[in-house]
Amino acid sequence: MVNLAKVVAFSLLTIGFFAFFANFGIPEIKPAPPPVDEELDLSSMTMEGFVALGDRIFNGKGTCTLCHNPVGGRAPLLDDAAARIRERLRDPRYGGQAQTLEAYLRESMLEPSVFVVAGFGKAGTSDTESPMPVVSGGGIGMSEADISAVIAYLQDRWGLDITVEIPADVAEAQVAETSMAATPVRPLKSPQAAFTQFACTACHIFEEAGGQVGPNLSRIGAQRDREYLRRAILDPNADISDGFVPNLMPGTYAEQMYASELEMIVDYLAGLE
Amino acid sequence: MSNKRSGAWSGGFVLLVALLLAGAFALVYLDSGVAVAAEVSAAADTGVTYAPAPKLTADDYPRVDRFNGRVAVWLAAQMHLWFAAFVLAVPIFVFIIEAIGMRTRDKRYDDMAYEFIKVSITAYSITAIFGGLLVFFLTIFYPHLFQYLTTIFKESMVYYALLFFAESAALYIYYYGWHWLQGGFRKWVHLTVGLLLNAVGTTLMFLANAWATFMMSPAGVDRAGVFSGDTWAAIHNVLWNPLNIHRVLANIAFGGSIVGAYAAFKFLSSTVAKEKAHYDWMGYNANFIAICALLPLPFAGYYLTAEIYAYSQQMGITSMGGIFAWLFIIQAVLIGTLFLSANYYLWCGMGRSDGAERYNKYVKYLAIGIIGAFLVWFTPHTLVLTNEELKALGGPYHKYLGPLGIMPAKNMAVNMMIIFTTISFLIYRRANKIPIVSWVSQGNAVLYALFATGILNILFLGIYHGYFTNTVYKVASSIPQVLTTLTIIVASTVIDASMYKGAKQVAPLHWGRIPDRAQYALFLLAVAFTWLMGLMGYIRSGLRQHWHVKDIFRDASPDAFTPTLGYAANVVSIGTILFLTLLIFIFWLSQLAGQKTSSGDYWKAQEPW
Repeated sequence: MVNLAKVVAFSLLTIGFFAFFANFGIPEIKPAPPPVDEELDLSSMTMEGFVALGDRIFNGKGTCTLCHNPVGGRAPLLDDAAARIRERLRDPRYGGQAQTLEAYLRESMLEPSVFVVAGFGKAGTSDTESPMPVVSGGGIGMSEADISAVIAYLQDRWGLDITVEIPADVAEAQVAETSMAATPVRPLKSPQAAFTQFACTACHIFEEAGGQVGPNLSRIGAQRDREYLRRAILDPNADISDGFVPNLMPGTYAEQMYASELEMIVDYLAGLE
Repeated sequence: MSNKRSGAWSGGFVLLVALLLAGAFALVYLDSGVAVAAEVSAAADTGVTYAPAPKLTADDYPRVDRFNGRVAVWLAAQMHLWFAAFVLAVPIFVFIIEAIGMRTRDKRYDDMAYEFIKVSITAYSITAIFGGLLVFFLTIFYPHLFQYLTTIFKESMVYYALLFFAESAALYIYYYGWHWLQGGFRKWVHLTVGLLLNAVGTTLMFLANAWATFMMSPAGVDRAGVFSGDTWAAIHNVLWNPLNIHRVLANIAFGGSIVGAYAAFKFLSSTVAKEKAHYDWMGYNANFIAICALLPLPFAGYYLTAEIYAYSQQMGITSMGGIFAWLFIIQAVLIGTLFLSANYYLWCGMGRSDGAERYNKYVKYLAIGIIGAFLVWFTPHTLVLTNEELKALGGPYHKYLGPLGIMPAKNMAVNMMIIFTTISFLIYRRANKIPIVSWVSQGNAVLYALFATGILNILFLGIYHGYFTNTVYKVASSIPQVLTTLTIIVASTVIDASMYKGAKQVAPLHWGRIPDRAQYALFLLAVAFTWLMGLMGYIRSGLRQHWHVKDIFRDASPDAFTPTLGYAANVVSIGTILFLTLLIFIFWLSQLAGQKTSSGDYWKAQEPW
């Protein structure tokens, strides 16, 4: 019984020490409460107010500064990005539709993988896939109005003319957000959806459109059999076409694709004659 | 049927009934009152339609007077996890010890394995009871979450419940058949039952892990939470395997530490030298098992964290920054406690050997190394300061201590701690032996070179890549560091084992010749492990922040906020006390069956049959 009392006292003291240290040995930090969607009255908002809203979102709800900061080096800095954005629009790796800085910023928030700054892609994707979350997704949940406000804030910060317009009403902005944020149900059902999902057109030309980093696939079915095509997707370095370099195409599709998606793509490519 | 057996069966029955009732409750209770998006999606192959994750309000969470739903679920889940970890881990090393006994034909191993399983068997029914309690609390306090999860995992939940029959059957045959299935072919049958028991137990844990990790890294659903119908995709989510590996190792280390505490208590309570020797031996083996699993555990934790970063950079940064950054300072205290107590026990254990005096002089250097590594791990990077302190310091980072706060320094520290523990083990193994091979000098030279080169390599990688390159290399350098440490452990063990093969003993080992204070190191190990598991449960769950299922199913309850570290520590402490109290009760029960009291003349004299 004495031993039991000693052991119990020793254990309680140990637990007490850990609890004491956690309560008093480190600073008491109260975590931020869950974000609450701000009630926006856009009809009476001035552009200064809209820029200030963008500032709040950029540094708060948007969680942009988690990665776009000089400490971690996890994402490109945005201090003087304006000049570089024009270069990116001309970059052969750019696979988006934007023609203007505003459109590029909007696109980079909603489709971050359209252009990945060299060195900032997900590991093993050769900078074709961005680790940045889609800002309209659940984790951040920015509305169209929020996105416009952030663009206005960035343009203001860079000393540029603010080109965005304040949305007429919140409901309309949110509808736009929902439609842009929709994601397809996997496994995908069409080759076009698969090309979008896996960013194939960033490097390959299909039906006269796409990038030139990889071989033109417009008539690939006439040149290669199904086995070759399947291997080229699953193990891109197994066969390298003349004039192209190895290690550019991600070797991760075997893990990312469903079998039905792979066969669908192979079927489609084999039919391109 | 004995009371223990019927108790355990009833525990399994409680869980099954709870699952069935929960399903029925979810179907009846949940109506269309919850605001969900109108659209539904056709599943990929089956044509079945699934709704998106519901969008809840605070009113959708039932309340019970004087009960905090979140704390109730938290404690029930944690208690279930502690007991489950214990009852899943013990059969793993019981199986291994039984196999060692069969190979060496040393019955002491068989007896020890039996005593281990005897300790765990009473915990089995309590595990099931807490599992049932967790299901009840989930359906009462979070019915919509439970319904959403059952929609996706209904098949695996049914199999999970049914697998408990297989688990129970295997466990009871394994335990109650221990003395029946002895010798020759029967012993092999018994070992096979043990293998089956572990296979079923591990499957059960993997299934439950899938549900927990789905909530962190959902897969098989779209952004609105609409299920594609592919259950395997939901199970095989990004964090499933990293957590599986981490939990298997952690469970073994935890189970070893709990059994070690049992042996320590029995040692302290014993007055007979033979019993003391037996429980000393048992405690040593339990500590050995705990440390063997503890050594690779930081690597498994690193793999899990790396996968969290790969899945969601935001979630990774949340785990290592802000409030959770301070959690890792608490974790450092606990890990330091674990390593120090495990090493201290080993050093005290050298007293069993008459030849240990040759090595005693090295112990102080090992202690300095481990404490130094612990202090580096303990040093925070960013300090929360007042404006005056900030001005005096010239920034949030300390000039000299700041560099010790970043990850490369921590990586070096943990690798050093593991290497020094390996050296402790080698010294302990050598203490009572004298090698007889001809290449002792060369062997020792190779070992010195191995450790020196390895340590220098780890320091070089950590300092050069950690402080003179960019972030990508800072993180990437940890992999060759880990490989270096693993190489040292494996190569030194192989060389040392070869060198001491057939070695002469200085004198027979004096089992039982160990100070009482060493037993308290075993208690410290068990308490620190239990508390640490509770703390890491808090962060694993807390990483989801205000989401039931990360980014697709928001927690709208009044308790959606992340609790402070102090609050979490208090809940974990209460849970630890509850767990240890129940454990003492279980240990007492396991002894009860062997105790008999004379009834005197209580019963009237009976005629013979």
